[in-house]
Amino acid sequence: MKKTVNINKPVLPVGPFHPLQEEMEFFQLTVDGETVTDIDVRISYNHRGMEGIAETLQFDQVPYLVSRICGICSASHPLAYVQAVEEFAGITPPDRALYVRTIINELERIHSHILWAGLAGHFIGYDTVFMWAWKYREPVLDLLEEITGNRNNYGNVKVGGCREDIPDELKPKIIAEMDKLEKKVEMLTKAVLDDPVLHARLKGVGILTKEDAIRYCVTGPTARASGVAIDVRRDDPYAAYGQLDWNVIAQPEGDVFAKAVVRLLETLESAKMIKEAVVKLPKGPIAVEVREIPAGEGCGRAEAPRGETFHYVRSDGGNRPVRHKMRAPSFVNVPSFKASCLGGNISDVTITLAAVDPCYSCTERLAVVNDRTGKVLHDYESLLKLSREKTEKIRKELL
Amino acid sequence: MALSAKPIKKSPWVFHVNTGACNNCDIEIVALLTPRFDVERFGIKLVGSPRHADALLVTGGVTAQAAPRLREVYRQTPKPCVVFAIGACACDKGIFTNGYHMVGPVDKIIKEIDPNAIIAYVPGCPPKPEAIISGVVKALSIL
Amino acid sequence: MDRAQLIDSLTQIKNELIKVEKTNDSRFYLVCESQNACKISNFIFETLGCRFVIATAIDSEQYYEVLYHFSHDQTGTVLTVKALIRDRENPSVESLGQFIPGVLWIEREMHDLMGIEFRNHPDMRRLILADDWPEGVYPLRKKPKNEKDS
Repeated sequence: MKKTVNINKPVLPVGPFHPLQEEMEFFQLTVDGETVTDIDVRISYNHRGMEGIAETLQFDQVPYLVSRICGICSASHPLAYVQAVEEFAGITPPDRALYVRTIINELERIHSHILWAGLAGHFIGYDTVFMWAWKYREPVLDLLEEITGNRNNYGNVKVGGCREDIPDELKPKIIAEMDKLEKKVEMLTKAVLDDPVLHARLKGVGILTKEDAIRYCVTGPTARASGVAIDVRRDDPYAAYGQLDWNVIAQPEGDVFAKAVVRLLETLESAKMIKEAVVKLPKGPIAVEVREIPAGEGCGRAEAPRGETFHYVRSDGGNRPVRHKMRAPSFVNVPSFKASCLGGNISDVTITLAAVDPCYSCTERLAVVNDRTGKVLHDYESLLKLSREKTEKIRKELL
Repeated sequence: MALSAKPIKKSPWVFHVNTGACNNCDIEIVALLTPRFDVERFGIKLVGSPRHADALLVTGGVTAQAAPRLREVYRQTPKPCVVFAIGACACDKGIFTNGYHMVGPVDKIIKEIDPNAIIAYVPGCPPKPEAIISGVVKALSIL
Repeated sequence: MDRAQLIDSLTQIKNELIKVEKTNDSRFYLVCESQNACKISNFIFETLGCRFVIATAIDSEQYYEVLYHFSHDQTGTVLTVKALIRDRENPSVESLGQFIPGVLWIEREMHDLMGIEFRNHPDMRRLILADDWPEGVYPLRKKPKNEKDS
């Protein structure tokens, strides 16, 4: 039964400023009863004009800019950028730098995935998971701070290598922290896999089919959870990934549960990779000297926690990039929300969106527009409430 | 981390506003709720609406699209209220000073509608949660 | 298919290409006139099974360029279709949106920031600039030389 409102279609705006959805974004959902029939995504709140700013900076200043594209992919963007420049400038960083880059990026993946697990828990009413996950994320941030000087925005990559080294005294601590973390994440993974309420709540919800995953060109866990087993670390190896022993994690179902499983298992895989990289860390310098950047164009990419970051850089031999294209994974992943949400229930909207793990700032598009003149049927608060009520209902039925 | 027993004059309820931030400051603000920092023990609470807020935690250098919304949120917040500009972007646009889509920083936008607005600055990129707590406590204790 | 087969199969569209530039073994740039970009991209996406990554619009003074970046994940190769738009007064190119839904957003963005028209795009609305951003102002276009800062 269609609801009639002042405007042509009943529309649910999702996403005024809400403390736990940090980015501003405006999703307009059209519904028929409780079923989502259309989605529009408005983005422009977060557009800071990065590509324009990059053309005013020198090549060695750009990493500081692009690490601020997004706070949780802040190691992946500068890495993709410097790899693009190193590609056409013919620069090969020393092996130690490649390993340091790998370790930092995997630490970032871990803290990002655990952050996600916490938020996902919050959306469905498992606030203990949220508190627990963010508590166990802190030691990872401590390690990053010890190595690079900052919990986020590491500023550690530069054209030709790295800026900060991993001191040998820190190596045993990194391994010890990874051992501890593995136990915690294994516990969480088992809890998720064994919980009948989570199975009922998340399985079959927000399915992105393999065909849609390909048509929307998604990447990262969003793709791998739909059976599209792509991973830049394996497909186009960079840094030290080609020298480590690890697996690409993929699931075929495409639902929110699959996305959660992929992220949790990837976290364990990352811990394993970090330990191996720390043990194998080669001796030597962490950077080569770079004198000038020749004319040319390069494509650099890295597997960020959300998927492939891609940077295209063109130089005319001067000090600044002539053109710098930055693409974050969420740019292709967020539109796929349309395919995974249509036909679903409004109580599943928040968790389906969260499962895409949109790093809105990456897309430079999160905007919340509240100037609708139509009747507001649900705001973000009430959608969150619906999501948690559904979990509660399932729990009561099962237990 | 231990804070001294400096008295906090009131338990501020805060509303978080993102005006085009990269998410780092926002995540550090959300981290305030989590066990290591646990600001709720000071009575600091993140609320879901500006109408219930004593203070605004504003991140981001204010993009052209976000500016009207920031003004609207400020109008809806009951006065007196404190606007905390969290992070380098909110304090002075930071690295985005030359951005064609940036109209901030936060104090410029707020003062357009309230020249007497109370604004406190917590710089950092991002400021650590300890710095945010310290900034909030410091500001409230001198107001 | 392996990389050699991938590059070999490009001969099927050689009539539409001006040239193929290679910067290293895994990065190829297929230069073409803008009117052939759609056919070439369709071939790369549908026939070669590559994944669309993103598109870059560039103001190159003599012409506009639209670079469509595709990834052949099985071999880690990036194939970039470099479409040259010679009409600088009214730059336009056919939208790829009919067969790649993943391209729709970036075409809207390129329209906002570079002012390129994407013909037959199903939903050409403003995407990335503020509601009150003036029409006809394209921030990524190069300023004329006398206006540039040194």
